[in-house]
This record gives sequence, structure tokens and C-alpha cells, in this order.
Amino acid sequence: MSLTAIVFYVLSSVTVLSAVMVIAARNPVHSVLFLILAFFNSAGLFVLLGAELLAMLLVIVYVGAVAVLFLFVVMMLDINFVRLREGFLRYFPIGVLIGAVLAAELVFVVGTWVLTPEMAGNLRQPTPEDVTNTRALGQLIYTDYVFVFQTAGMILLTAMIGAIVLTLRKRPGVKRQNIAQQLARSPETAIEIKKVKTGEGI
Amino acid sequence: MVESFKNWMMATLALSEPQAEILLKTSGMVLLVTLVMTAVAFAVYADRKIWASMQLRRGPNVVGPFGLLQSFADALKLFIKENIIPAGANKGVFLLAPFLSFTVALMSWAVVPWDEGWVFADINVGVLYIFAVSSLGVYGIIMSGWASNSRYAFLGGLRSAAQMVSYEVSIGFVLVTVIVFTGSFNLSDIVMNQAGGFWRWHVWPLLPMAVIFFISALAETNRPPFDLPEAEAELVAGYQTEYSSMTFALFWLGEYANILLMCAMISVLFFGGWMAPVPALDMIPGPVWMFLKICLFFFCFAWVKASVPRYRYDQLMRLGWKVFLPLSLLGVFVYSGVALLTGTAG
Repeated sequence: MSLTAIVFYVLSSVTVLSAVMVIAARNPVHSVLFLILAFFNSAGLFVLLGAELLAMLLVIVYVGAVAVLFLFVVMMLDINFVRLREGFLRYFPIGVLIGAVLAAELVFVVGTWVLTPEMAGNLRQPTPEDVTNTRALGQLIYTDYVFVFQTAGMILLTAMIGAIVLTLRKRPGVKRQNIAQQLARSPETAIEIKKVKTGEGI
Repeated sequence: MVESFKNWMMATLALSEPQAEILLKTSGMVLLVTLVMTAVAFAVYADRKIWASMQLRRGPNVVGPFGLLQSFADALKLFIKENIIPAGANKGVFLLAPFLSFTVALMSWAVVPWDEGWVFADINVGVLYIFAVSSLGVYGIIMSGWASNSRYAFLGGLRSAAQMVSYEVSIGFVLVTVIVFTGSFNLSDIVMNQAGGFWRWHVWPLLPMAVIFFISALAETNRPPFDLPEAEAELVAGYQTEYSSMTFALFWLGEYANILLMCAMISVLFFGGWMAPVPALDMIPGPVWMFLKICLFFFCFAWVKASVPRYRYDQLMRLGWKVFLPLSLLGVFVYSGVALLTGTAG
């Protein structure tokens, strides 16, 4: 077995095992940590495929930012584990259904690949030998499909603005800090000096 | 040099080519880790010494000449102490966290170039690799905060996670401007782009970005004035509160390895890496210049620590999100625009 094959089997088995542990772990924080491990190992698989840019982006975006926020929320939650287990049987059929649909889709995708090998050629644009990974990806999303990419960006922006608008609430009587105003204060505007005569007070 | 060493190993030790390759890489790793660890030990000493002299104290001066061996004595002391695990702690995560911090801090050093071809892993996406690995560093802290089962540690961990995520954004945008300027993700290419004297260094055209990067680097490594995760007046020692012995030492080593890495990054991205400031000084080898530059920026880090008071938490968040983020975004816009108009975009 070559070194690449060994690395592949190690990475993929750790990925699958940690993915199983995400749903099997009793503690939700452990689940998130296993999810992070799964992300990290998938990044390793990307490196093995020669897609180093995708691997780095996976680590930066998912491991470095998204999963941190996940962990943040899960750590703050006060979860009652007994009540969490109660709904298990009720949701089990729906879970099985979703799982079956996903499995079927996977089988279809892989099946097309195996049955009609000429389809695979249509699916991807082979990267020329002398072009680096980063440049090829940049070429695709910023030149060839720039409008589709921009549209995706606009949709995300709309979603972001929507989330902000939905959670924004105006509360009356809240004192806000105005940094510029605070910095503009000087002794003349902030304090008043009074001469106090002995025994009289102000 | 590496090639001839490999040939020598293949000849004398009777190894096949892949075996020699693996042996070479492994010995390179050991050498790199040893060097970084030694540098960290002296960095801790230098930090304390600079800090002390700014406060008119003498600093460490007992162990070894001028106290030079103080860090080694401290490490040895921590090594023989008992490792205490709190009763309510989540044991596995509690022990994993310091190892993670330490490993991640060392991982980035693999792509730091010391001279032309003197780099352990010359990968195409070096900048992104450093960015990705440094974003992993937050896990050691947040995990230790959660697993300690202590309020101080938890608050410290949360503060630190929020702080590092916030400042990573502006660091990312600063890196984008450097990449646009160079047209490459490779750290060696970035240094090569600054060849030919100090007037060619990126720091002149990218001065505002360099300033943002330096301040964000302070925040990213939890250095004063941004050391809120371990603000001793409020949080005892933040996420490190419950740690003792080697686990504590690992956090400490990781922190300083990260600080040195940030110094190395500043010199690679903005100050010409291994390049001499004037071409006449080229006969002095590159690693010496790189080392001197790292020392200079480390001095700046210690200087800031000794002279600036700690930020309040809301001020810290304001600086990150309301000042640095728009500024660095504007920087990306302006520099990409200039690169596009002048046709210098890579």
C-alpha cells in the first residue's frame, strides 16, 4: 500500500468515525468537537486530492469561524438530557426518511458516475496542468461564472440584512454611548469650578 | 545543500530514496521544533527583562549569567509539579486543550521562510495555511475555558474566543491586500517581491495595513493592551486559572510561540523577510536578517506591554468591528482598485 493510500484510509476513517460520534456523543459540546474533527479531516482529504485552496477555506471558514460560534452557543445552552432523549422515538421515522432520501441521492450520484463514465467529463472542467489551484478557482468564480457568484452574494446579503432587521428592536429610554461626544469633552465643558466659602456650603 | 545531505544519507546509511526523504523531513521537523522552543524560552526571558527595565526593575537575574537560564529553571520547576485536575472538570477535554494550543502554535512555523529555499514546507497557499492554523488556536482556549468547570475560566475562554474571531477578520483583509500586491499566496514569493533594499518593502505602500496588522496581532495573541482573557483583576487568570504543572506550561509555550510567529509574519509580509535593508549588506546571510527582524518586532510587542493600559471589553470590540473592519475593507477596495487600474494585479 502506498503512503497516499494509508493517509487516505486514516483520514477517511477518522472522518466517518467522528461523524458517527457527532450524533452518538451524549454531551453536545463533545458532539461539536467531533464535528470540528470531521471538518478538519475532510480538509485533509481535500489536500490529498490536490485541492489545497478548498482545504484551507474549509478550515478557515468552517473550523475557524462557523464551528466556533456553534461551540459558543452549545456551551451556553442549559440542556436537559433526559428530556432530549424522550422525543427520540417520535422523531425516529422522520429521521430515517431523511436519511434514506440522502442515501438514495448518494447512490444515484455515484451510480451515474459508474454506469456512464462519459458523464463525469461533462460535470467538471479539468484544470490545465500549468494553472495553480487558486487561480483556476478564481477564474471560475470571478470570471466565468461571475454573475451567478454575485447573485449568490446578493442573496446572502439579503439574508443577513433580513436577520438584522428581524432581531432589531428599538427600546425607549436606552442610554447610548457616543464615542465622538465623549472624546470631545474638555475640562471647560465637563466641570465647573466653584469657590466654596468656609462654613457656608454651596 | 539539502539534496547533497540526502545523497550522503542514502550512501552511508544504505537507505532507499523515500526512506531518506522521510528521515530528512522528520529530522527537519525535530530541528524546527527544537529551535522554536529554544527561541520561546529566551523570548519569555527577553519579555520579562524588557518589561522590568522599562519599570526600572532588574527582572530575572539569579539563574545563570544575567538570569539567562531563568526560563529553563521555570520549565523544570513546572515539570516536576503535580498536575491537578479539578473534580468537576471534563477530564478529556481539559487535558486535550493545552496540547491543542501548543501543537497549533508550532504547526504554523512549517511555512515560515528563512531564506531562499530555506523553508520546511514551501506550499502554494502558505498565507492561507497560516491563517487557517492560527484560527484553530482559539479552540485550545475555548475548550480549556469550558472544561475547567469554573466561572473565571469560562468567562476568560468566551472573551478570548470572541476577541480572536473579531480580530481575525481584519487580519484576513490585511492579508488580502498583501496578496493583491504580490499576486501570490506563497510566503517566499511575497518576500521575493520585496527584494532590492528597504525602499522596496511592502511597509511603505501598505503602511496603514501594516499598522492594522500589528495591532490585530497583539489582539490575536492576547497580549496587552488586549489581554482581557486573562485580566487578573477580574478573572484571576482567565482560561488558565485551573491549570497547573505541564498543562500550564504548554499554554505558556504556545502563547509565546504564537507571538514569535506573529513577529515573523510581520517581517515576512511587510518588512522584506530575509532580505537585507540595503543591497550592500547582502553578504550577511538571510536567516540572520530574519532573526534580527523577529527580535525587533518582539521588542515592540514587549514595549507595548510595558507602556499601554488594558482596554475595556466594549472598547476592544468597538476597535475590532467599528474601526479596523471598515478600515481594512476600505484598504482592500483601494489597493485592489489601484492594482486593477495600473495593471499590476497578479
